[in-house]
Amino acid sequence: MQLTTKHTQYWQRSLRITVILLALWFVVTFVVSYYARELSGIKIFGFPLGFYMGAQGSLIIYVLIIWFYARYMNALDQEYGVSEGED
Amino acid sequence: MRRNYALYAGSFFAFVLALGVLEQHGMPPRWIGYAFLFLTIILYATIGVLARTSNVSEYYVAGRRIPAIFNGMATGADWMSAASFIGLAGTLYLTGYQGLAYVMGWTGGYVLVALLLAPYLRRFGQYTIPDFLGARYGGHAARLVGVFATVLASFVYVVAQIYGVGVITSRFVGLQFEIGVFVGLAGILVCSFLGGMRAVTWTQVAQYLVLIVAYLAPVTMLSYKVTGVPVPQIMYGQVLQKIELLEQRISNDPAEIDVRRLFLVRADELAERISGLPGSLAVEKRIISAQIDQLKNSNAQMRDVFALERQRRELPKNADAAREHWDSLMRQATQRGSELTRHAEAFPGIDEVASNTVRINFIALVFCLMVGTAALPHVLMRYYTTPSVRAARSSVFWSLLFILGLYLTAPAYAVFAKYEIYSNLVGSRIAQLPGWIGAWGKVGLVSIEDINGDGILQLAELSLNPDVIVLATPEIAGLPYVISGLIAAGALAAALSTADGLLLTIANALSHDAYYKVFRPQATTQWRLVVSKTLLLVVAVLAAMVASQKPATILFMVAWAFSLAGAAFFPALVLGIFWKRANKPGAISGMVLGLLVTLYYMVRVQYNAIPWLGIHGIGMEPWLGIQSTSAGIWGVAVGFLTIIVVSLFTDPPSTETMNFVESVRSPDFSGH
Repeated sequence: MQLTTKHTQYWQRSLRITVILLALWFVVTFVVSYYARELSGIKIFGFPLGFYMGAQGSLIIYVLIIWFYARYMNALDQEYGVSEGED
Repeated sequence: MRRNYALYAGSFFAFVLALGVLEQHGMPPRWIGYAFLFLTIILYATIGVLARTSNVSEYYVAGRRIPAIFNGMATGADWMSAASFIGLAGTLYLTGYQGLAYVMGWTGGYVLVALLLAPYLRRFGQYTIPDFLGARYGGHAARLVGVFATVLASFVYVVAQIYGVGVITSRFVGLQFEIGVFVGLAGILVCSFLGGMRAVTWTQVAQYLVLIVAYLAPVTMLSYKVTGVPVPQIMYGQVLQKIELLEQRISNDPAEIDVRRLFLVRADELAERISGLPGSLAVEKRIISAQIDQLKNSNAQMRDVFALERQRRELPKNADAAREHWDSLMRQATQRGSELTRHAEAFPGIDEVASNTVRINFIALVFCLMVGTAALPHVLMRYYTTPSVRAARSSVFWSLLFILGLYLTAPAYAVFAKYEIYSNLVGSRIAQLPGWIGAWGKVGLVSIEDINGDGILQLAELSLNPDVIVLATPEIAGLPYVISGLIAAGALAAALSTADGLLLTIANALSHDAYYKVFRPQATTQWRLVVSKTLLLVVAVLAAMVASQKPATILFMVAWAFSLAGAAFFPALVLGIFWKRANKPGAISGMVLGLLVTLYYMVRVQYNAIPWLGIHGIGMEPWLGIQSTSAGIWGVAVGFLTIIVVSLFTDPPSTETMNFVESVRSPDFSGH
């Protein structure tokens, strides 16, 4: 298979978005949980922040990450003229 | 299709409502249980029969025509098992913040699925996960290791589901446990056996609707009752604050402190008895015998004498059995005597060191559950069924959105149930407790021991099995029995849908990957389906047989399935897509070593002896204090490391393989 610049560019851009979103996932999951004790002084809707992040906050961020990724990649497909139409 | 399911959802509501009305007019609860059990199974079976197929592509990947949103629902049902439906809220009740590791782990794993695996697997576009390993790493070895790991992880998991079906049917309609297992099995088979992936997918969509309605209904009503707002997911923050005050009051209550001291005294006595073995067993026997003689001489009630005689008969037979028995009693007593767990407190511990161990275990468990989620074949396989790569990406989004319906609610369940118990139950007279305590006590899920004999219930005197929280919430909230029937139907849907997906995965790995790809490539398509269906039947019956033995460590085994799948698949799949240099020797050694390290750690941390193999004294101290349920953290690390090191020391993969990786990474630009 001949690797065109299109290939490399497309792959570079999908790699970049993957790394950025994975970093966000890592911070939300591991860094925030690691400091859950320290975050408990802050209250949100009556929840201590550490508890809230584990029970709801991080879950909502996960869905948003996946939603954003799907949207970004679809736009990328369109830009490169390889969009597969509607879902 | 959408209209069909809207119609279906509407008639399900009408059905529940009709049963509710019938209950008002005196329909006995037993009949409501039967109606829910059999009508839902008949419903799933009808969908299964209507969607039957003998086409290979329909059978394995539902013809790749499942729209993203429905695939999302099916994945949700596939994913949420009996453990999520029944067990999760109870675990959160018992462990508070610590239980959130499951909530985060079982949802955050989908980020890994979305970013690292699903779109690439869909672009590859074959039938199974071992298919990908075979194509990427060449030859049969990688494929066969994949088959082995698929079967190992999925079988453990499917046994747990069928066990769950047995528990639900026996509790709600009074079938015998073993019969319940086989009734459930029949329900599972009509779907997966006739129609493969196509039938399973459409049944799972129906099952998702049942299970999510069943899960949300009782806690929404409870939230309305306690706070006046029927949105439990938001309102439980306020209730949590009230719980903090109640916890404060309970832990300062002198009677409560006294009860906990009494439990600790009992734990000390048991410890003494254990260290006095084998002599202490004989002493124990003598003491009971002396009491019996004394009672007999004093003309006491025969009933008391019989009770003591039974106690003497039930004493452990030998020193080993006594050690095990007393040890578990001692753990229970220590548990009940220890300080009250504060629901919202992260990483409790008596000092900094203990607290840090809890923290590192939390993080390790989250990691293992996430990586396991992104490696369990029955979930990954679902993304082969969408029409396009684009649909695969949005399908992961829908999956997680539908899954959140349950996972955002589970912590609310725990908090509302805790509030009801702390505020209404604790401190009331034991003779006047509500009826559900007795009803669930009969099946051994609730027990009360008035250790200080004051006739009033202290919190430490109440012991709850985690399963009871979801099952008993309708009764705790004083809702009609029809809601309990709904819960049973939902739990059944959760167990059946997961079992369907798992059985199909096992049968496909064996028939497609082992039989067709390796041993008989010349087999005709008809014959392949015959083999697949036969294997499905055999595996299902085997799983039901194992489940009817009621294996005791089943919950541990489920957590192990995640660690095993994560260690075996995750490094090989991810590096296969993102690192071209990964080669066959690297992948095979990485998968095998990852699996072995995980198994080794699990076995040595969990067990000190395996009697039927004649092995003794193999127990070891956990590394960094990490429990056996998170063994995968070592396996995954070793897997990654091995693949990288071995690949670098051996020849790079062929140009063909390099091209294959390119073709999976980006779309085909040639036509444009």
